[in-house]
Amino acid sequence: MIEPWWISVIKAILIVNLVMVAFAFMTWVERKLIGRMQRRYGPNRAGPFGLLQPIADLVKLIRKEAFAPASAIDVLYILSPALAAFTAIAAFAVIPWGPGWDVGGYRVDGWILNVPISLILLFAIGSLGIYGFIVGGWASESKFPLLGAMRTCAQMVSYEVALALSVLGVVIMGRSLSLVDIVERQQDTLWFVIPQFIGFLAFFIAGIAETNRAPFDLPEAESELVAGYHTEYSGMRYGLYANAEYINMITLSGLAVTLFLGGWSGPFLPGPIWFLIKLAVFLVVFIWLRATLPRLRYDQLMTFGWKVLLPVTTANAVVTAALVVAI
Amino acid sequence: MSPQPLDTLKGFGVTFRQIFQKPITQQYPEYKRPLYPRFRGRHRLWRHENGLEKCVGCSLCAAACPADCIRVVPAENTPDNRVSAGERYARIYEINLSRCIFCGYCELACPFDAITLEQEFEISEYSRDDLIYTKDMLLAEPIKRVPVADKELYDTPEPYWKEHS
Repeated sequence: MIEPWWISVIKAILIVNLVMVAFAFMTWVERKLIGRMQRRYGPNRAGPFGLLQPIADLVKLIRKEAFAPASAIDVLYILSPALAAFTAIAAFAVIPWGPGWDVGGYRVDGWILNVPISLILLFAIGSLGIYGFIVGGWASESKFPLLGAMRTCAQMVSYEVALALSVLGVVIMGRSLSLVDIVERQQDTLWFVIPQFIGFLAFFIAGIAETNRAPFDLPEAESELVAGYHTEYSGMRYGLYANAEYINMITLSGLAVTLFLGGWSGPFLPGPIWFLIKLAVFLVVFIWLRATLPRLRYDQLMTFGWKVLLPVTTANAVVTAALVVAI
Repeated sequence: MSPQPLDTLKGFGVTFRQIFQKPITQQYPEYKRPLYPRFRGRHRLWRHENGLEKCVGCSLCAAACPADCIRVVPAENTPDNRVSAGERYARIYEINLSRCIFCGYCELACPFDAITLEQEFEISEYSRDDLIYTKDMLLAEPIKRVPVADKELYDTPEPYWKEHS
């Protein structure tokens, strides 16, 4: 049975809204959790436990003056945050969060989009998102954003290679590029984190570098580059960049759950609940890393990406291929 | 094996343990730290027991002020309008609290113990003009919102004139 198109549309609207709500909630969780790790309370004034803080931030950003540098290239300057945010949310479409149900005679899939090459689609959309960061920094026509954009570009492109290679082991074991097939295969055999542990670590580290999170957050480090590529952005334009960053984080965690941790499978609870629990674990690890580790210097970052991660992931793919063919 | 990866993992343990320790933040409006007895807060002009003001408008405080924020305009005490306990009184006495550095030199300079710095520090206003305190505002009793610390804990005694005025 094929899912009717209108159910896909309703699901798409619902998922986009849920992802945005997850982004807002994520900012609250990050501030509270980092606060607690630093022996202080996070925000606790706006609403009970500071739960209305994201709404306060939203209103603040919307009400801010949206200035632009006089020499900025208008079209690119305005479009790039939108591009970054759009690709971040669009990449979430291929992630399966449930097994699919039959409701009232209609089929409701547990994903918005399933094509035989979902994984490549996700990487392609993610790479388009990099344009959002680079073009935004460049179109600001100002030195610090330009430097930040160049560093962002170099970092994201180098770790993109390692990211794709680390996934190759999973693809070989899962015999398919479609995320739904990979999840279903993990239900039949093992969760891929156990045989592909090195691939999992490499994927996670490359993922942290892809999303510009600590300790790889040199592009947006305040002490080094003012604010990197989003220096000249204010108000909701900056809000869109923050949106893109957090939703990239959520998408990457969702991908890690799907590829390595068995997606939505789990014993008693329904599929989406398990997906959310595993996603939450990854997001907490992202926050934990940010609270603990100092920032990597730029040359250390590039050295690590090319000289350590790339050989490791290549070796992982080769060994996996050899073992899969042999067994 | 090099110590570095293990040390990083121990670092993760440290941050994780901190989640379960009580935060050391003091929540301000609910908990106010007690102030020491000689804390230099907002100024206050004093009166004698019989209602006459102590300030005679000599402007020694204005002369002593490093930030030059006190304005004193004196006037003669007439028999039917007797304000202070001397020959003249301060007709206009204004302190610009946005300029004041709360050093306490005016308190030290005053020969009549007319001006002291009390313990009120929550004096924010929404506009700069509201921060220019006139004589009536300075004569008024400061609102006691902040707890004062236990005098037993502080071994430095209060100045003679503070307890005997």
